Amino acid sequence: MTSAQIEIQLIASLVAIACAIPGTFLVLRKMAMISDAISHSILPGIVAGFFLTHDLNSPWLILLAAVTGIITVFLVEFIQKTGLVKEDTAIGLVFPALFSIGVIMIAKNANDVHLDVDAVLLGELAFAPFDRLEVNGTDLGPKSLWVIGCILLITVALLITFFKELKLSTFDKGLAATLGFSPVIMHYGLMATASVTTVGAFDAVGAILVVALMIAPPAMAYLLTTDLKKMLILSVIFGVIGAIAGYWVAHWLDASIAGSMTSVLGVLFLLVYLFAPGKGLISVLYRQKRQRVEVHLLTFLLHLQNHEEESERHVNHLNEHINWQKVRSKSVLDLALKNNMITIEDDIISLTKKGKSFTSEAIDYIITNKNAAIEEMKDRFFLFRG
Amino acid sequence: MSEKIAISVDDLTVAYNYKPVLWDIDLSIPEGVLMAIVGPNGAGKSTLIKSILDIIKPIAGSVKIFGKPYKKQHEHVAYVPQKGSVDWDFPTTALDVVMMGTYGSLGWIKRPGQKQKKAALEALEKVGMLEFKSRQISQLSGGQQQRIFLARALVQNSSIYLMDEPFQGVDATTEKAIINILKELRKAGKTVIVVHHDLQTVPEYFDWVTFLNVKKIATGPVKDIFNDDNLTKTYGINYKVSIQQ
Repeated sequence: MTSAQIEIQLIASLVAIACAIPGTFLVLRKMAMISDAISHSILPGIVAGFFLTHDLNSPWLILLAAVTGIITVFLVEFIQKTGLVKEDTAIGLVFPALFSIGVIMIAKNANDVHLDVDAVLLGELAFAPFDRLEVNGTDLGPKSLWVIGCILLITVALLITFFKELKLSTFDKGLAATLGFSPVIMHYGLMATASVTTVGAFDAVGAILVVALMIAPPAMAYLLTTDLKKMLILSVIFGVIGAIAGYWVAHWLDASIAGSMTSVLGVLFLLVYLFAPGKGLISVLYRQKRQRVEVHLLTFLLHLQNHEEESERHVNHLNEHINWQKVRSKSVLDLALKNNMITIEDDIISLTKKGKSFTSEAIDYIITNKNAAIEEMKDRFFLFRG
Repeated sequence: MSEKIAISVDDLTVAYNYKPVLWDIDLSIPEGVLMAIVGPNGAGKSTLIKSILDIIKPIAGSVKIFGKPYKKQHEHVAYVPQKGSVDWDFPTTALDVVMMGTYGSLGWIKRPGQKQKKAALEALEKVGMLEFKSRQISQLSGGQQQRIFLARALVQNSSIYLMDEPFQGVDATTEKAIINILKELRKAGKTVIVVHHDLQTVPEYFDWVTFLNVKKIATGPVKDIFNDDNLTKTYGINYKVSIQQ
């Protein structure tokens, strides 16, 4: 690996981490689309900042662009508050308007600015190592590494300092307000952080893909954990995997780094969506199948409990009596046998003691819907979960 | 019951988009009562609670908690919001939600420690939810979630408890458990104010009641004012419930 390659991967990883942290809270606040709005509408801020400073990495440019981000959020909320349109419509109105102003500003000044729309949309991570920070002739590494490093440092410091407040105001705005933690301050603080991070990441991955880095890693983490701290850590890990794997995919395909990073995140999300234990698609389908079988089992046990007469309990008559296909009858019969709930003597099925008590217990639960009765059964039985 | 006033509401008017939802409310709630706020849908019951808590800003009037504005008194007030006001899929545990009740006394930045955890565990035990402390909150039933909210308020150890429909969507056992805790709070001299829907249980559960329908209809001890006359005035139809006092 050349040092430029290492530097690119390092920048990409830091960008991913810096995005994953505010992204986690945006996802939990159901504000994913706001990050899309911010990433687009900061463009006029960046262009204006560039005219003033002639340096894409100037702190003034970052601040100016971040202010545009806050203005976006404010405008969206303002339009929404009129009650004339819904939030998604308000977002759809605000960011294209601001973004288009940025596009026109670039087009009008295309000759004296080395900013073009392609770079704005997709970033130019591959060129990041060329723009270096030098102090008294000493090379301190790429400028964008320093920029995103500083932003990440501030983000992490804010996260650690205000973790409690962020968690509370994200989960329960009302309680946060009554306990004296202003949800408005937390809201705009988060928006400011997201805006600054977006500006920092913009240079590397562009306006469209920064959204993927903010939303995809937390969305994956959300499917895998039920703990906020773990969700943050997993988001960071997924972000870094996406960044580094994305770089190498781009290397092999000779394609855009930002595009490859996002594609890798997309594939990762698909895998997590399919295989996540608990919330993943396969796990859900498996659970539904189990529940279906267990409902059948219960129906079967109830039938046995209700009928003393042998004709109703004969193995071969079960099909007609509960109107099931042979295969299903057999699988239910096997399940009941395996759990020692029934015995079969001369093809006549009888409930065992365990089978009887289980049936009564289950019916009791279904009728009374009492939670206490079911706690112990939950571990054994899918049917009663959730 | 002492004569001290826990909450005084003066000429409170609240409007959404220039349409008043609470109109010129005057209310003095004595310390140590267990009070129900009743009224039809859209009567402004939740709005009244949120105005007392300074979550909603009125267009006129004021609220005082023990004689001072809410901002200076928030450590004396615990709030149980409607269960539906939060996202129960949030990645956190029952214990962690109860711990949030301690954040107010901690203030900004300071983090909860062993002392707060102990208090939260005690509150969980009081509402009979200790065994569920590590469970993710979406895995709890509606009644259990409501108990978690109650525990979160208990852990604040406040003088005033404001609850927005704590009995909504809970089973009979949980309702009994909750009302017993509320009665214990009153015995301990706390003031408890509950937005309530089930008129039948008002005389059994509460000793004080406020009838509300945009304007205040009546407020006072249940035995004096909980009658057909006030019910009819509040609900706008000829109300005939047979109430066993």
